Amino acid sequence: MEPGLYHILFLSTALFFIGVYGFLTRRNLITMLMSIELILNSVNLNFIAFNKYLWPNQMDGLFFSLFIIAIAAAEAAVAIAIIINLYRSHNSIDVENAEDLKY
Amino acid sequence: MNEFFTLMKSELVITAIIFLLLFIKIGKGMKNDSLLSLVQALLLINFIVGFFFNKEGNLFGDMFYTSSLIVFQKNILSLGVYLISLLCSDWLKKTEHLPEFFILMLSALLGMFLMISSGNLLIFYLSLELATIPVAAMANFDLHKKRSSEGAMKMILSSAFSSGILLFGISLIYGITGTLSFAAIPGQLDGSTLQILGFVFLVAAFAFKLSIVPFHLWTADVYEGSPVAVTAFLSVISKGSIAFIFITALYKVFAPMQDVWYMMLVIFAIITMVIGNLFAIRQQNIKRFLAFSSIAQVGFILVGMSSGSNIGITAVVYFILIYTFSNLAAFGVAAVIAEQTGKENIDDYKGLYKTNPFLCWILALALFSLAGIPPTAGFFGKLFLITAGATKASFTFIIIAALNMIISLYYYLRVIRAAFMDKNESPIGKIKLGIAVKLGLIICAAGILLVGLFSWIYDYINSLS
Repeated sequence: MEPGLYHILFLSTALFFIGVYGFLTRRNLITMLMSIELILNSVNLNFIAFNKYLWPNQMDGLFFSLFIIAIAAAEAAVAIAIIINLYRSHNSIDVENAEDLKY
Repeated sequence: MNEFFTLMKSELVITAIIFLLLFIKIGKGMKNDSLLSLVQALLLINFIVGFFFNKEGNLFGDMFYTSSLIVFQKNILSLGVYLISLLCSDWLKKTEHLPEFFILMLSALLGMFLMISSGNLLIFYLSLELATIPVAAMANFDLHKKRSSEGAMKMILSSAFSSGILLFGISLIYGITGTLSFAAIPGQLDGSTLQILGFVFLVAAFAFKLSIVPFHLWTADVYEGSPVAVTAFLSVISKGSIAFIFITALYKVFAPMQDVWYMMLVIFAIITMVIGNLFAIRQQNIKRFLAFSSIAQVGFILVGMSSGSNIGITAVVYFILIYTFSNLAAFGVAAVIAEQTGKENIDDYKGLYKTNPFLCWILALALFSLAGIPPTAGFFGKLFLITAGATKASFTFIIIAALNMIISLYYYLRVIRAAFMDKNESPIGKIKLGIAVKLGLIICAAGILLVGLFSWIYDYINSLS
């Protein structure tokens, strides 16, 4: 059977919610960052699938996913720089240990 | 070609300043004092340039759109950045990496300018990221402070998560409508369930950036952790730009779904005002206090936004102009005191009037304006917001908003009481004000007093929207 739009949408939605679940439950900063990457990749899948199956005449979705990949790299670079700085001051990259600011 | 330069003038000026700072950084470098004066002069030029060569038009195949109203919004943001560079000059002079700080801040400002004039979801997303990623780096600017890095971590993670949600919403909307252009989307909307789902994701992301209540948890932590200059930037410039684009998105792009977002805004407004006010009451740190007060102010902005007509646009833009002056005045006072004495708690402000009457009057004026007490401009801002809300809303909603204004009086007056009336054995000593800080505070005070009294400002905004 040829995979259709529904299969890909199912996959991308599942990936999105796995990412959200991971972001909310994991306590390690690097893992949380990886969960965000999962979310962004599910969006990429969505764009490409919609572009191929529903709107094949224009390339909007394809270009959008290219831009998302670039931005995700920039975001990860800044986030990792901040995490390294956090590690220097807290000696840990567990969010539970960063708890000076509350309420 | 000529059109390109006139339509994108604000963006081009900012880009030129960024490159100039880069060259200064790469080259010999300058002393912090002279560099800061140079940057202040450049930002003033940037603000003045905003008033000339205004034209309406599109560029890059509808990707970029500008009009007189958008230019006015950009001017408000430029003015805010100029005031921040004046008010926080004590802190700025001491930082090690002054050129980098302004490069990051102006990149974020450039992102906000592009975001306000975006006409396509792609350019909107790109500029939104340009407006948030540098701010997270700025939040970490006190490199040796634990709290600063913790605040920056919370900011980058929550903003990355919210942009993930935004993208999922955009992808659903693209799937249904087959277009990304703001002009073409409204024709394709018919209110099907999937469209509402995509729209809800989109609004959730906006709510994250605007710190509307169920999504506000990062706000207070980031505000407390970051340096005061960054907190002021986040609470005024960032909030203002997101509010401007949110209003465009709701009124232009999702106009056919007005029934859906009207109820959404009413509920958001009520819980944002109530929770923001209740949490502001119990804060001890002045930055956290201002964070929750700014959350409550966002609730009031939503009241005006819910009207769905031109009155709403006018009221929101007018309010944000006033909010820029009053919030920056409050942050300016907090910044001077925190930089020279290291004290950030409201209890430390007791007896401030004995030693620093000038600062105390500015603080009182700013807080009265935030609370919305008549002679100050804040009253007129709130009045127009609530009038705009009343054109559409049920009266229960308006009464709840008015009651929240009364609750907010309690905590604003608490700070004023601490500063003016409470006795203190060891009050904060006499604080030396530099010329730049004094100038910034006087501009803010003049703005707070005069914007409300000159009715042509409101009429002017009304004629633009």
